[in-house]
Amino acid sequence: MNHSRRTSFLLLLAFLIPFALRAQVTPERLLHANDEPQNWLIYSGSYASQRHSLLKQVDPANVKNLELKWVFQAQSLQKFETTPLVVDGIMYLTQSPNDVVAVDARTGRAFWLYHYATSPTARPCCGIVNRGLAILGDTLFMATVDAHLIAIDAKDGHAIWNVKVAEPAAGYAMTMAPLVVKDKIIVGVAGGEFGVRGFISAFEAGTGKQVWHTDTIPDPDQPGHESWKGGDWEHGGGAVWMTGSYDPDLNLTYWGTGNPGPDFNAEQRQGDNLYSDSVLALDPDTGKMKWYFQFTPHDPYDYDSVQVPVLVNANWNGSPRKLMYWGNRNGFFYVLDRGTGKFLSGKPFVKVNWTSGIDANGRPIATPQPAGEPTYPGIQGGTNWYSPSYSPHTGLFYLSTWEEYATIFAGVKAEYKEGTRFTGGANTSPVPGAENPTGMRTGPINTYTEAMAHGAVVALDPATGDKKWKFEMHDVNTSGILTTATDLLFVGGREGYFQALDARTGSLLWKQNLGGEIIAAPISFQVDGKQYVTIASGNSLFAFALRE
Amino acid sequence: MKHRWVSLRALLSWAIVCAVFVLHGSAAHAQGQDRAPEYFQSDIQYGAQIFANQCTACHGTSGDLIPGVNFRAGVFKRVVSDNDLRATITTGVPGTAMQPFAFGASELTGIVSYLRNMSSFDAKGLLVGNAGSGQSLFAGAGNCASCHAVNGKGPRFAPDLGDVGALRTAELLHRTLVDPAGSMLPVNRPVRAVTKDGKIINGRRLNEDTYTVQLVDEHERLVSLTKADLREFAVLRTTPMPSYRDKFSAQELADLEAYLLSLKGVK
Repeated sequence: MNHSRRTSFLLLLAFLIPFALRAQVTPERLLHANDEPQNWLIYSGSYASQRHSLLKQVDPANVKNLELKWVFQAQSLQKFETTPLVVDGIMYLTQSPNDVVAVDARTGRAFWLYHYATSPTARPCCGIVNRGLAILGDTLFMATVDAHLIAIDAKDGHAIWNVKVAEPAAGYAMTMAPLVVKDKIIVGVAGGEFGVRGFISAFEAGTGKQVWHTDTIPDPDQPGHESWKGGDWEHGGGAVWMTGSYDPDLNLTYWGTGNPGPDFNAEQRQGDNLYSDSVLALDPDTGKMKWYFQFTPHDPYDYDSVQVPVLVNANWNGSPRKLMYWGNRNGFFYVLDRGTGKFLSGKPFVKVNWTSGIDANGRPIATPQPAGEPTYPGIQGGTNWYSPSYSPHTGLFYLSTWEEYATIFAGVKAEYKEGTRFTGGANTSPVPGAENPTGMRTGPINTYTEAMAHGAVVALDPATGDKKWKFEMHDVNTSGILTTATDLLFVGGREGYFQALDARTGSLLWKQNLGGEIIAAPISFQVDGKQYVTIASGNSLFAFALRE
Repeated sequence: MKHRWVSLRALLSWAIVCAVFVLHGSAAHAQGQDRAPEYFQSDIQYGAQIFANQCTACHGTSGDLIPGVNFRAGVFKRVVSDNDLRATITTGVPGTAMQPFAFGASELTGIVSYLRNMSSFDAKGLLVGNAGSGQSLFAGAGNCASCHAVNGKGPRFAPDLGDVGALRTAELLHRTLVDPAGSMLPVNRPVRAVTKDGKIINGRRLNEDTYTVQLVDEHERLVSLTKADLREFAVLRTTPMPSYRDKFSAQELADLEAYLLSLKGVK
């Protein structure tokens, strides 16, 4: 290579290197995801999981000018629960069963599709769904319904490694987006309706080699086992099916756990049933548990506590504190100290009669309803796994709720058989002839209407748990929530409307009927100077931006 | 006594089911082949318990949540014989949410017995009814046909009942006859709307969401209203349908219910 050629090459290299480095999603970029609001690098937007976008192009004054820019139609009729990632103009999304698609975030046109043929032995409880991906470097990570973890090259969509995390024939499945912390990929397993024994595991990003494994149901040699009797723990549930959060300063990850098994017949599993319906604070390097807090001990209602932990630094009683906000399926909004797990407050956000209140340590005082009488909230809870949002701008916590919703619970003896349902329930609706909703829309007509329940978006003052406003919906609300720095709140719902509300007042600013149930969460990103907001509805992903 | 009624009703409903299969031609008749000659109450009850535990999350308690499948109405995607049912339950359906279940022989017998008798098993606490007499009451003394159509024949102001036997359990039909305001399907409730220019619209609700309501008005027209355009909108708790609690004897109610249970829709 002569001198001039060498100079040209070096100049080209100097030009290309920043772009090459930019394509790599480093751990540092993940730590500071909020510094690049044009991207959406983590399932919940950032490690604090506030699902709050700092983009400001779309605001309350111009949001009425949002228009549809493109649609991606999934080749599936399963529920579409995905939250896409967006990295430097490229969107990565999942469609059922476990496909990954890379699309141009400006047009929705696909670059590549990775298809994973799931095992026929897979048996996810509640639909063949996937909620999204994680990324590190140039590698995407997907957890599958047959309980595999797969690394996929973000450039061309080929699989790099594939490891089996658990046995699908035994009822284990994975539906969550993984969480990347440093050089590890952390996932949990679903299967709480099959009597699995839940766990959280971390894997090396480069090789897929397991680094640690932490059980959510303790064996006889582990602390917490005293909360079980006999061998009930062996099928004790505690599934982990939603993505956790991470505090890099405390070096702790936080994970919500699901119901104990069997779901509804608590008589055959005496004790508090740790660590079901809890939040676990784990060291991401070792998996060691630093603390736990159990929301619903000895739960007979399937009040999974898998909600996304929302991390906020704020004043508590006048002093700065590292807090965790949690809108729980059991109908209570909690504030915890995320350094210690100390309970700070808990207040109902919907009608509740399963407890008469919470004591000073956060333990509920159980008030089981007489046989045949309705329990509030019902099976699907006061909220469920739908991502909430916290806006540092308004200081409010936002969540989707099911209002005036009850179930008549009835436990029946369940016999454990590997791979079959282990729920122990003969539950009914207080509405004559109505089904207990399964968490999915079954058609375009809301047959049971207000008699069954209705939905809402609720804005809570975290300091008091008081409602600042409530946006009522006719049908129940199954949507995640996004807030923005311009005080917009985006939310869907079972009816299929995609709505923008004023985050300060709850007033409706814009809506679009998308026709299919919204059971995913919105995101926002920016490409070529244009801010987009996307949401999955029915079987398609819709992208909106301002009219030019 | 109640047990005897259940047993008698189960037999009657089974007879109705058989009659419907005969009336609906060869395809339905083919469904009737390869069935057990008799299903026993104990197996049915056992199957009902297993169904409640293992199947309702996807199929619903009425067995009709999966599109194209309605156990109560005997509608399946693939199944014809009892052995088909056993095979589908045992092996699952690849590519769908229907997973394989590791049931033993007695459990499979129970589930199959229950699936074949779902509508009759729900018919607790009712007298044995005569569908033919019920049809006469429907058209005559009950005055039902003055509001309800059956398979498109009749007025549309009240819901068409042509498939009510597939959609509603016997218990629910009974409740609706004796307490229509308290038991009617919530979506069917009467609504009253007043537009901003004072026009009054009365009708039966067909669907509703946060922003709109769809209804059939008193002139049998399909109407969709935007709530923001209305001065008043109310969902009424009353209903034009009378209660038959005192109007009909227990036997007449059973007859009417038997007729309604026989209405399985056009196949």
